Amino acid sequence: MRAEISIKNTKSKFLDKVEELSEQNIYACYQCGKCSAGCPSISEMDISPSEIIRLVQLGGEEEVLNSKTIWVCASCFTCVTRCPKGVDVAKIMEALRQITLRKNVDYVNPLSIPRETLSQVPQIALVSALRKFSG
Amino acid sequence: MNRIGVFVCHCGLNIAQTVDVEKLANIISDYPGVVYATNYIYMCSDPGQDMIKEIVKEKKLNGVVVACCSPTMHETTFRNTVASVGLNPYRCEIANIREQCSWVHKDKKIATEKAVEIVKATIEKLKLDKSLIPLSVPITKRALVIGGGIAGIQASLDIADSGYEVVLVERNQSIGGHMLQLSETFPTLDCPQCIATPKMVQVGQHPKIKLLAYSEVEEVSGYVGNFKVKIRRKASFVDWNKCTGCGLCVEKCPVRVPSEFNELLVKRKAIYTLFPQAVPNKPVIDSNNCLYLTKGKCRACEKNCLAKAIDFNQKDTFVEEDVGAIVVATGYDLMDKAEIGEYGAGKYKDVINGLQMERLLCPSGPTEGIPHRPSDGKIPKEIVFIQCVGSRDPEHYYPYCSKVCCMYVVKQAMLYKNVVPDGQAYVFYMDIRCDGKGYEEFLQKGMEENKILYLRGRVSKLFKDGDKIKVWGADTLTGRKIEISADMVVLAMAVVPSKGVKELARKLRITADDYGFLTEAHPKLRPVESLTAGYFLAGAAQGPKDIPDVVAQASGAASKVDSLFSQDVLYHEPIIASVDEEVCVGCGNCVDVCAYDAIELDLRTKKAKVNSAVCEGCGACCAACPSGAMQHNNFSKRQIFEMVDAFVR
Ligand SMILES: Cc1cc2nc3c(=O)[nH]c(=O)nc-3n(C[C@H](O)[C@H](O)[C@H](O)COP(=O)(O)OP(=O)(O)OC[C@H]3O[C@@H](n4cnc5c(N)ncnc54)[C@H](O)[C@@H]3O)c2cc1C
Ligand code: SF4
Ligand code: SF4
Repeated sequence: MRAEISIKNTKSKFLDKVEELSEQNIYACYQCGKCSAGCPSISEMDISPSEIIRLVQLGGEEEVLNSKTIWVCASCFTCVTRCPKGVDVAKIMEALRQITLRKNVDYVNPLSIPRETLSQVPQIALVSALRKFSG
Repeated sequence: MNRIGVFVCHCGLNIAQTVDVEKLANIISDYPGVVYATNYIYMCSDPGQDMIKEIVKEKKLNGVVVACCSPTMHETTFRNTVASVGLNPYRCEIANIREQCSWVHKDKKIATEKAVEIVKATIEKLKLDKSLIPLSVPITKRALVIGGGIAGIQASLDIADSGYEVVLVERNQSIGGHMLQLSETFPTLDCPQCIATPKMVQVGQHPKIKLLAYSEVEEVSGYVGNFKVKIRRKASFVDWNKCTGCGLCVEKCPVRVPSEFNELLVKRKAIYTLFPQAVPNKPVIDSNNCLYLTKGKCRACEKNCLAKAIDFNQKDTFVEEDVGAIVVATGYDLMDKAEIGEYGAGKYKDVINGLQMERLLCPSGPTEGIPHRPSDGKIPKEIVFIQCVGSRDPEHYYPYCSKVCCMYVVKQAMLYKNVVPDGQAYVFYMDIRCDGKGYEEFLQKGMEENKILYLRGRVSKLFKDGDKIKVWGADTLTGRKIEISADMVVLAMAVVPSKGVKELARKLRITADDYGFLTEAHPKLRPVESLTAGYFLAGAAQGPKDIPDVVAQASGAASKVDSLFSQDVLYHEPIIASVDEEVCVGCGNCVDVCAYDAIELDLRTKKAKVNSAVCEGCGACCAACPSGAMQHNNFSKRQIFEMVDAFVR
């Protein structure tokens, strides 16, 4: 697949929104991979944290928002404490979740999750699914 | 009667680990001619040297062998040691039992046997060594600097400020070199014209500097301390003494040809100066494009010149200068983008090189610092920079890194974003090497503040798509193929040596590498000297480098020239070739093989004659001489045979 990059995605509203919500400079990332290397949840992720940042830089909105990663992220802050550039990756993950949530689409109905699987659902995903009910 | 002392060094464990030094000294002490042999942990240390001195005196030695490291390391040390107690230094020989023995062997028994052989052979050589006296030659304390870029300017000023005269030869009509073409300079973004022109003016005004602009070195003869240089002063067709620099001629000239100073982006006249602050600021007529000189009609400049300075009869003239040292600072060029087929082979107007981008970004350049693309003058909204074009590509072009591109690409992308804030700059890179002081910070600023998008990968192809240039690249960080429709593409072309440098190197008898960059005497320890005595290197002529490095190297070269000139006579190694006139048959083989032009065939006597001040002692002539007339001092054929004998005995 040849990904077309242009000013449309590199200067997109999406990128601005991520920067605004996370208060992080997406271009500050070295792409060194230290965040991904230390992430305790990485085995459950489909896209690594540093790659998420890269995709945001490249304007890959759909891919990022459809990834499991942003929901698997436990906000444990391991990446944040270790990043050499002080990029708060957890805040970026939260921003990405926020962007999805603010679309106000029902992805999961918490009530329909069978009791047996409930213990296995990532907490962040569960909390997020419930969050919209709290106003 | 030989009274030889042998001193075996352990070099810590470097030698002693593999060679049984005790045994070696014992065996050698019985060798004919040897009156004393010993071993010690570090012969080169003060106590080691003191021991040698004591024993030379005590045993009345007339020859010394030190079995240690390579003679390139400590030959001078030990020669000085023995000289200090009255022995002729050329009666001290080094037997290399480290590089040629202990370091290359594992088996102690075999290594020790070999060390014994090496020392024996060295003793045989020493037995026939003559006591020699270094030659002394007078020295002309005047320097020639070739090339008037920032390297040549800095070297000239430093030498002249030390009180020595300098002849500065520049082939263009003004000094300044590439630095004057630049937009702003990383990492501080100061204006190159502002920081270079004061130095240029100093050169023009310095009482000790003779500036020969629009000139080239034609011929060099002689040797360190005593060079004779013939310089061609190219016909400018303008009498610079009369010319007032008013510029009326330039205004009236009807011819328009691409301007080299502006990297062919705009036109210049057939009579022209390089830039407004040129030193000297006098025009020249380009004889290939002048209507009068090619077709015999026009003379518009002549008619309009109030000072009557135009002189169509001017011819090239020659001057001769005597100098004692030569600094070569001929700089660089960029590889031609036409050589890269997959990037359009130079056919696309909007695919430009780094220096063209410098001109477009230069506030005093043709577009006053706001880039307009060459094809239609539009301001590009999406620019792609491609790094390492021709560099780091051993398969097709050059294996080396051009060193300045990573930094100037950040700079250019930054400056572009400053003048076109709504534009986007993409940079394709393989690695980013910003290793100087403040450089990494500069790069990070470019990424964070100017949001330059770095894409890790090489571009495989550029092609035209309407008024856009399609860029096919990759981002190996995400494993994606990338396609960008760019308005303009900047190629960071490989830095190559300036045109004609190989021929110049041949004239000067200095060496250049496969690509034409001048070779330093030692990559670490003698970085500003050439291997040929009396020649010094400065700037990008020696290898790609940026202005801070160029200036440091130029000052280094200048201080080497100063220390050469601080002596009143020069001493020249006496280990050189000498001819036995009785045996010489005058075949001239030696003349042909000598790389230093040190041998002449006397036309009258038909005998070879060695100019001992020029001979570098390489030995090529001795090997080429069929009659055995040419012999090397202290490396005579007899000595070599005796050494071989010692090995095979
Ligand atoms: C696109 C680009 C941007 C750059 N930007 C920066 C920057 O921002 N900051 C920075 O530090 N560096 C920068 N550099 C590097 C900088 O240009 C060089 O470091 C510097 O100009 C080299 O100076 P020099 O005197 O060695 O060579 P040059 O500038 O090439 O000067 C050599 C001089 O010798 C003359 N000459 C050549 N051959 C002969 C001959 N046979 N006889 C007589 N004269 C001769 C030439 O006419 C010329 O005047 C940049 C380079 C490029 C390509
Ligand atoms: S650790 Fe920081 S700099 Fe490194 S890839 Fe992750 S976010 Fe980027
Ligand atoms: S004579 Fe030549 S240099 Fe002079 S004005 Fe005519 S074309 Fe130009």
